[in-house]
Amino acid sequence: MSTAVAVVLLLAVVAYAIFGGADFGAGFWDLIAGGPERGEHPRDTIEHSIGPVWEANHVWLIFIFVILWTSFPEAYASITLTLFVPLTIAALGIVLRGASFAFRKAVVGLGYRRVFGAAFAASSVLVPYCMGATAGGVASGRVPAGGQAGDPVDSWINPTSVVAGVLAVATVAYLAAVYLVWDARRLADHDMADYFRRRAIVAASIVGIISFAGIFVLRADARYLFDGLASRGLPLIILSVVCGVGALVLLVRKAARGARVLAILAVASIIIGWGVAQWPYLLPESLTFSAAAAPSGTLAAVLVVVVLAAIIVVPGFALLFVLHEKDLLPEEGVDEEPGVDRATT
Amino acid sequence: MIATLNALTAIVLINPVPWARAQMAFTLGFHIILVPLGVSWAFMTLIANYRGIRHNDSDALVLAQRWSKFMAVTFAVGAVTGTVLTFEFGLLWPRFMGQWGEAFGVPFGFEGLFFFTEAIFIAIYIFGWRRLKPWAHFWTGVPIVLAGIFGSISVVAANAWMNAPSGFVLDSNGNVVSVDPVQVIFNDSMPWQAAHMVVAAYLVGGFLIASVYAVGMLRGRRDRYHYLGFLIPFTVGAVMTPIQMGVGDGLARWVYQNQPVKFAAIELVPTTRSDVPETLLGHLNEDGTVSGGIPIPGFASWLSDPSTGKATVVQGLNSAPPDQEPTIRQTNIVHLCWDIMVGLGTLLFLLAVWYALSWIFRRRMPQTKWFLRGAAVAGVAAVITMEAGWVVTEVGRQPWIVYGHMKVEDAVTANTGVWITFFAVVILYALVGTATILVLRSMGRRFRRAEGFTDQDTPYGPSALTEEVSARAGEAVR
Repeated sequence: MSTAVAVVLLLAVVAYAIFGGADFGAGFWDLIAGGPERGEHPRDTIEHSIGPVWEANHVWLIFIFVILWTSFPEAYASITLTLFVPLTIAALGIVLRGASFAFRKAVVGLGYRRVFGAAFAASSVLVPYCMGATAGGVASGRVPAGGQAGDPVDSWINPTSVVAGVLAVATVAYLAAVYLVWDARRLADHDMADYFRRRAIVAASIVGIISFAGIFVLRADARYLFDGLASRGLPLIILSVVCGVGALVLLVRKAARGARVLAILAVASIIIGWGVAQWPYLLPESLTFSAAAAPSGTLAAVLVVVVLAAIIVVPGFALLFVLHEKDLLPEEGVDEEPGVDRATT
Repeated sequence: MIATLNALTAIVLINPVPWARAQMAFTLGFHIILVPLGVSWAFMTLIANYRGIRHNDSDALVLAQRWSKFMAVTFAVGAVTGTVLTFEFGLLWPRFMGQWGEAFGVPFGFEGLFFFTEAIFIAIYIFGWRRLKPWAHFWTGVPIVLAGIFGSISVVAANAWMNAPSGFVLDSNGNVVSVDPVQVIFNDSMPWQAAHMVVAAYLVGGFLIASVYAVGMLRGRRDRYHYLGFLIPFTVGAVMTPIQMGVGDGLARWVYQNQPVKFAAIELVPTTRSDVPETLLGHLNEDGTVSGGIPIPGFASWLSDPSTGKATVVQGLNSAPPDQEPTIRQTNIVHLCWDIMVGLGTLLFLLAVWYALSWIFRRRMPQTKWFLRGAAVAGVAAVITMEAGWVVTEVGRQPWIVYGHMKVEDAVTANTGVWITFFAVVILYALVGTATILVLRSMGRRFRRAEGFTDQDTPYGPSALTEEVSARAGEAVR
């Protein structure tokens, strides 16, 4: 049963990366979109794209935490004790980001919009970096078992964490750019489709370069993970590379829809590859999933929640996405010209 | 760089217990203000929405629409401050989560489910005004109401478990070896505490929203729109006051029977005895005597169990070993907060009675300025009442984090830098709190300026609403 819960945990991480990650990535593009005039158009597209769905996307993170602390409490205690600093920064960043995004939509004055916009965008980069660094600390075996604290500094300032953090920022930026190409095309906004298409290609290349460099870093710094990726995880890595390259080709050829699917697959398979490579350890080489697992009653309850989620949440989530894609949940205002409907322009 | 960080870590070696406690109290105290809005505002919005469609009432429809815009902001702030709490369980109380996560954590699985549902449908509802059909749109709001209620029940179930831990088996080392999730969720304290909080959410939400319109009416804005904005939430809040008194009484009696030390702190009872007076205000001294305050002879005993009246024995603080009872200071905090909760709650009840009598005898709400002034402060008063009640629950449980099983000092993180995160959190939340109020106020002002709804360049405002509203209302009638 602990294996089933471990799979659920991994899938929740995947969901957070591809749904929530794209929101963070959109914040990244918002950050580097330039001054208020030059960046106005891309920022509108971003706001339009992530508006209705962002809060729902971030509930995945809560699920990850809940699964961790109910099903693997000892590991959760070790992780939060050891990685206190990056997790605290991430928590504060999430407050700053969520609040300022909501505020920015609700205020009119340019000055206020800039302040909230900057806070939103900066924290959108900070949070995925910290999440990546945390994952890197766990994956490189720097978190000890037994609810003990590891090194409070080295656990997140180390080669694997830095690579994972930068990779996380680059990956979410890449995903967001790919989604935004699709969104812009759906709205028949060819300027923006092209704008984000170029950025998606650049981001894809950067993700590729970091991943390549990451191979050597993992080999030197996180041997267990590296060996796992090079053996059990290899098919997934290959799948990820194939999908990533395929997405790049489709982006160059302006096939946004296929690119979106392949980009999601590329990211999902690399995360699943991480899980497979780390198996059977939750904290590599010190704590396995089965040793960390809570009593069976708890695991059963978690699985019941998962089944209920499949029955209640997934259809709701699908409904939200379908309505959003069909433009039945239009953004109101935000420099909309009177009488002009975005969907029909 | 690493050397610098290590040096920094060395400087900040400060006992984390009080800081972790303060940070948890502060972030929860902040979050709990947003909870009533998240739980009950959707219900009130749906009342206005229903009225708007059913009775072709454009004032009500505009009200519902604007409320949903405000909700978008408060829900977002509530969502992120709630997320912080999930971080803090681990960051501040890792040993608590490490040892008890498998039991304490279970209700949060269900809470996550409901919160997810709420987030999804709130997004659909807020953004669905323009293009969804009126009734279809109305129904997308219903899951928000249900998810809000069940979500808060789930969270409170976890807190209730800390007061009445059950549903687990320990081995000889004190490790949890078996968990019965149903027993964890439906622990003894859960029904009372959950009911108390859900009713509080409707009570506080109602009075808080109504207070905004009471202020507007005091400033001379006595149009129909403001009346509706006042009547709907105030009626909800007023209806809840007598219910809350009953639920609160039941919960207090549960505490009397199951957490005698907390009850002793509430009633300021140093030693076990019968004929215990109900002491209004007053405080406990270091030597264990009670001074100040107004004692009502025998009343606390009588309230604890009316069937035995004054003869009811109330256990005193001394019934527990000194290391298992709240400190003198904590006791005084619990007692004072109890008095504040009961006192303000009673005043809110009297205000509700005034409102009800006016409806019964005059068929309209009270028109005097004094009633509106009362209603204007009722919002803040209701928030203070709720905060005080929450302090009673939490501080009254001290020194335990898991009643009878684990003390707060054994649960805390080993990180000595918590005092830094405390200040960071206070500064950040102060900014977010101020910004929230400013943003809500500026939205309100903008909505008022847009009277007649001709204002087109308002982002996220009621642009092009007139046609929408009248078209929808017309459609609904047909």
